[in-house]
Amino acid sequence: MATERIIGIDLGTTNSLVAYMENDRPVVIPGEDGLNLVPSVVALDERDQIIVGNAARKYLIQTPERAVYSMKRLMGRGVEDIQDELKLFPFRLADDLAPGEVLRIKLGNKTYTPPEISAFILRQLKRNAERYFGAPVSKAVITVPAYFNDAQRQATKDAGRIAGLEVWRLVNEPTAASLAYGLDKKDTATVAVYDFGGGTFDVSILKLHEGIFEVISTNGDTHLGGDDIDNLLIAIALDDIQGDLGLDVRRSGEAVQTVRKAVIEAKIALSSDEQTTLDVDLPDGKRYQRVITRQQYEQLIRPVVDRTVGPVRQAMKDAGLTAQQIDEAVLVGGSTRIPLVRKLVEDQFERTPHADLNPDEVVALGAAVQANILGGGSEATKEMLLLDVTPLSLGIESLGGGVVKIIHRNSTIPESATEHFTTGVEGQTNVAIHVVQGERELAKDCRSLARFDLKGIPPMPAGLPRIEVKFLLDANGILHVSAREARSGKESEIEVQPSYGLTDEQVEGMILESFDYAEEDFRQRQVIEARNEATTMLAALEKGRKSPAWEQLTSRERANITKLETALNAVTPGDDYQAIRTAIDALNQATMHLAELMMDTAVTSALKGRSMETANVGEGPASPHPIAKAELE
Amino acid sequence: MATTQHPDNSGLLVLTQPKQVTATCWSCGAMRAAHYCQECGKVQPPVPVDYFAFFGLPYKLNLDTAQLERDFYALSRKLHPDVNSRGDLPEQEWSLEKTSQLNDAYRTLKEPISRTEYLLRLQGVQLEEQSKAATDEARKTGSAKKQVVPPDLLEEVFELNMQLEELRANKKLGEDDPTLERDLSGAKQHLASKQSEMLKELSGTWSEWDALVDRVSAGETVEEAERATVRDKMIDILNRRSYLRNLLREIDEVLES
Repeated sequence: MATERIIGIDLGTTNSLVAYMENDRPVVIPGEDGLNLVPSVVALDERDQIIVGNAARKYLIQTPERAVYSMKRLMGRGVEDIQDELKLFPFRLADDLAPGEVLRIKLGNKTYTPPEISAFILRQLKRNAERYFGAPVSKAVITVPAYFNDAQRQATKDAGRIAGLEVWRLVNEPTAASLAYGLDKKDTATVAVYDFGGGTFDVSILKLHEGIFEVISTNGDTHLGGDDIDNLLIAIALDDIQGDLGLDVRRSGEAVQTVRKAVIEAKIALSSDEQTTLDVDLPDGKRYQRVITRQQYEQLIRPVVDRTVGPVRQAMKDAGLTAQQIDEAVLVGGSTRIPLVRKLVEDQFERTPHADLNPDEVVALGAAVQANILGGGSEATKEMLLLDVTPLSLGIESLGGGVVKIIHRNSTIPESATEHFTTGVEGQTNVAIHVVQGERELAKDCRSLARFDLKGIPPMPAGLPRIEVKFLLDANGILHVSAREARSGKESEIEVQPSYGLTDEQVEGMILESFDYAEEDFRQRQVIEARNEATTMLAALEKGRKSPAWEQLTSRERANITKLETALNAVTPGDDYQAIRTAIDALNQATMHLAELMMDTAVTSALKGRSMETANVGEGPASPHPIAKAELE
Repeated sequence: MATTQHPDNSGLLVLTQPKQVTATCWSCGAMRAAHYCQECGKVQPPVPVDYFAFFGLPYKLNLDTAQLERDFYALSRKLHPDVNSRGDLPEQEWSLEKTSQLNDAYRTLKEPISRTEYLLRLQGVQLEEQSKAATDEARKTGSAKKQVVPPDLLEEVFELNMQLEELRANKKLGEDDPTLERDLSGAKQHLASKQSEMLKELSGTWSEWDALVDRVSAGETVEEAERATVRDKMIDILNRRSYLRNLLREIDEVLES
């Protein structure tokens, strides 16, 4: 079927990737710079243009107030949730945030919500895929941490929509990884996936059986990752810098980012070396150096790494399995390169874990597999089916602030539950329902998902109406609610007030705004193309000058060409598409005669038995000489 | 797969003869479809059915769970939204709805306790609420929780409650009492083995129940009193078991606090 390709996207805390299925094998699509990893960094350049990925990284140091990273940590969260994050990360919240409003982050003098910033990254990945395919892309599977709650999932889906992508499925990251690993497996096995990334940790236990990937249990921590290790090292370095050098650089975004960069390099070095030197050039020509041994490093990070043990044990307990009953353990995420982490996995699962696939890429590859399954499957995936679970229980706040659980964690999704409600007062026409997610006993300790107001209940004596509310968790793990008054059969109107997250109207508005970016993209591409054309043309003119045809032109013609050449040279570096275009057209006109003469020379030479190539007209008819373009077309 | 029964709450369940559902596939017109069309594979609109009927199973409690799993996988392959993601909107909605029914049904039937409780509920039995919520509520209001201490455990439970109180008090003062903790761990193990004994006892009643279902299928008359006897046995075991479960949870809470 010649349908549009569906891409698989790993929207990571630190890096993002896009992949697709190429002849039964998932492959990562590289960016324009040839690299597979697109750093999840978004910057606003001097001209207020959005820059994403590797190109945006330099802004983290040059103009830290115009760049953001680790935005995934803020997805679907409220101001009160991120107080810890604010201490550790240089997120700058908008000054005019109203209570209950979705977070907005400052980027230069503009503000964006986390889904909008994630959408910039998604748009870049979409663009990379489009360039690679030479065809438009509009559908994607996006991965999310398995332990993401409803709000975080919804925020990711919103980001996809804002980026102009139809999100066909949100897939849990460890599950996606198992798809990439399980592509060749047809036998039955129990697999544990340990996914320790830049900002999130997940563990999932799956049963593989004849192509069915059934998740039995999942657990995790959506705020635990390599970032936390970086922050520990940064804190030490900043203390040292103050202590040893008497320099407090904590408030200097630039210096902190320089330290962060050095710390990350040291962290990576310590995965293979027994010791490394943390080396930072500071402002005022000062320099901070410190040797860190593997032993010191491991002692320092152990508390962070140990935080993964609880979720691992809980997942095994929920699956009703012991370590011996698990056949394979698989490592996913960049932080699993740390030897201490590998050791922990080995101890917990009592076996050597697999890391055959690149831990940075395996999630994106799995997303591509799932995209292929959704697109109708291929020879490699036709037997494959993913049965995932919800990581968190869903409940309703009861009288007194307790929680009545209606869908339990680790239930296979899609999953639904129907609950009945009634009125407490004579003639009551509204009932308010508070839906929460989490394992705690009290509603206030759980994550508030939404408040629903059932309206338009026919006035009846108290306790008589029977309002049937249906809660459905779809295959993305996102909640849908519908309600009906059972006695009258009347569909109740539901007003959903998401506790965190954007309303549909807000997302629509952002999609509209994003058309501006689409236009901006188009404009930029036009400029780039015109510039390329100008450069080719100027180069061709250089060659033309050396051909005998040049001498056959009148001196007026030659002077005119030189004048227009100077003009084109002047506008080419600029951003004015029209100016470049006009200058190209003018020079094209002026060189028409030269091109004709050159063609004649070429033909004459050819008749004399010389090849076109040696006649120096460029690369032959398939690639027309820019100056001779008019003649060849 | 295409059978359904209409359970009511009068205890007549086992007397209802399985009725064959014949439906026509809305898409290709072929017959015999219940969940998906056997001819063209299209998902059929969901109808409200109980979990046994969903899997086309008789209302028996001894269940081949390996076969149930195979059926679950086979139906997932046809009904799951991933397989139907390119269908029309109503098909996608039916797929979502049907798969959520399937998941519910599978989860409920595969576990012995939830399966038994579900069958009893289909029979109109309100199982006594011995949940944690009720325990907490009782603790809060000071009212006695409506629960039956299994007679054979009366003495043990009495002592256990004293020990729990003592350990709670100790923990509040920040004192360790290894002996007491060891005693409690021992009691915990004993109760856990009791719990698995109860499961054995429960599976014994399944066979009694299933025999009644078989007699009905064979055209025999089964008196309501016979059903009630088996039902009451099951209820009794479940209540005792849930009492134990709460007790075990309480011990865990105190030990881990």
